[in-house]
Amino acid sequence: MDWLTEPFRYAFMQHALLAAVLVGVTCAVLGVHVVQRRMAFIGDALAHTTLPGLVIAHLCGWSLSLGGLGAALATALLIGWASRRQAVKEDTAIGVVFTGMFALGVLLMSRTRSYRDLTHMLFGNVLGVTTRDLWFIGGVAVVVLLVLTLFHKELELTAFDPTHAEVIGLRADLMRFLLLGLLALAVVTGIQTVGVILTSALLITPAATAALLSDRMPWRMLLGAVLATACSVAGLMLSFVAETSSGAAIVLSCTAAFVVAFAARSTWQQFRPAAGEPAKKDESNAVAPPEEVSRCN
Amino acid sequence: MNDPWLPYSRGRHADPVDGAPALLTEVLVVAYPSAHGPALRGVSVRLPCGTCTALVGPNGSGKSTLLKAVAGLLPVISGVVRVHGNPVGACHHRVAYLPQRGEIDWGFPISVERLVLTGRYVHLGWLRWPGRRDRDIACAAIDRLGLTSLAGQQIGKLSGGQQQRALLARALAQEADLLLLDEPFNGVDARTQDTIYDAMRDLRGQGKTLVVATHDLSRLGGAFDATVHLQAGELVSPPDASPCCLVAEKERAWTG
Repeated sequence: MDWLTEPFRYAFMQHALLAAVLVGVTCAVLGVHVVQRRMAFIGDALAHTTLPGLVIAHLCGWSLSLGGLGAALATALLIGWASRRQAVKEDTAIGVVFTGMFALGVLLMSRTRSYRDLTHMLFGNVLGVTTRDLWFIGGVAVVVLLVLTLFHKELELTAFDPTHAEVIGLRADLMRFLLLGLLALAVVTGIQTVGVILTSALLITPAATAALLSDRMPWRMLLGAVLATACSVAGLMLSFVAETSSGAAIVLSCTAAFVVAFAARSTWQQFRPAAGEPAKKDESNAVAPPEEVSRCN
Repeated sequence: MNDPWLPYSRGRHADPVDGAPALLTEVLVVAYPSAHGPALRGVSVRLPCGTCTALVGPNGSGKSTLLKAVAGLLPVISGVVRVHGNPVGACHHRVAYLPQRGEIDWGFPISVERLVLTGRYVHLGWLRWPGRRDRDIACAAIDRLGLTSLAGQQIGKLSGGQQQRALLARALAQEADLLLLDEPFNGVDARTQDTIYDAMRDLRGQGKTLVVATHDLSRLGGAFDATVHLQAGELVSPPDASPCCLVAEKERAWTG
């Protein structure tokens, strides 16, 4: 058992572990909504657009977290606003904005001396997390999880049936803004652990893995949180033992979990040719003919 | 019926005005935000409480538009809409809208029971969970539409007819006074048609008001007190029935 606990005797590894788990769980739980609403691309874009905010904050000596948060929130509002007016298709607008912002960040980076500090932003440096960072990450985790719990029924309803939500006076775009705001918060903490480029992996991969294993939102959230915790621990161990980048190791652990879940699900479906399925098929066949008839009337 | 602590809409949950019809529209003009012309061009209807009205007309005649405007889903350009004497939005909890099936993401990971439970949300508002009473009401509605054995299923695993019944179960769970049903008979099997028809009859028996957009009058003509014909966004008066005769027609026996 020594090889398991040995890495975590160091204070920096304990900090890293705490940060990675907190960020992983926050992103995984939020990611269940992100994946279900097909907002994966937005998550990736938000992470990338934080770069100019981070660089500017770095140049001016401000807090990096706040710089990134400012840029992410601005982008979230812009995306939310753009998607309400249909002048440009949403994914096109996101594509244009996020690559432009990222290029601006890279440009600013190349003008600064301390290039090395900034590569941490691109690829993350969970081993360098300070106590202050930890407080910020912990605060974000509490806020995100609390808001997701308090507004779960509204987030769920506006995702699958925005029409009913509008009928009862619940504005679907309001909930979308709320989700984008939480996404901005989560993305900024994700950058601390795995960096700008890989943050969306924390949002998408554990949630996508959980989606393979369950068809209920609460279960997916719980599974996603467990997976994220396990992958954070495994990734950190891997990076400690093999002396590799910690962010990449965490993301690869998540990817491995996804592959295993995908394979397990495919195998399970092959060898159990669906217990409840025959009845369901019959029903839908029986229904098909009248559908045609009543349309003609 | 208890009021929510923090209702979703700022408008209060207004009480019905005495003597007001369940639904009143006057020279109602409604347009889709992206379209050129209006989809409804001055429609006036007056539907007394406890009636069941069929809304008929060819595709694109404005049936759905009328229902959506009453449900508050489309902005009113001009004219008046009153639900039990109140403007749209002042009494969300009294209006249930049954959407066409395509408007829902059926792949969403939610069970039939939870879908029906969303009908209770208007009574809960922000920060309140569905309680025992809400669950009982939802279960009763599920049972009423013969979906009890499927209550735990993910909604995408239902057949088209079962999905339609689940949506109607939600409308029942909402315990609204005015029900707007958009093509409930479209693309469903005969059993579902019968179940929906029975449920409509029950609702009318409880004094609820129903407005049903439908193509299919041939089979269910006897189910309605009156018919409103729409064509190209305007009312057309058929020889046998017109909206102004509704009060008289209400007395007619509920046959079928």
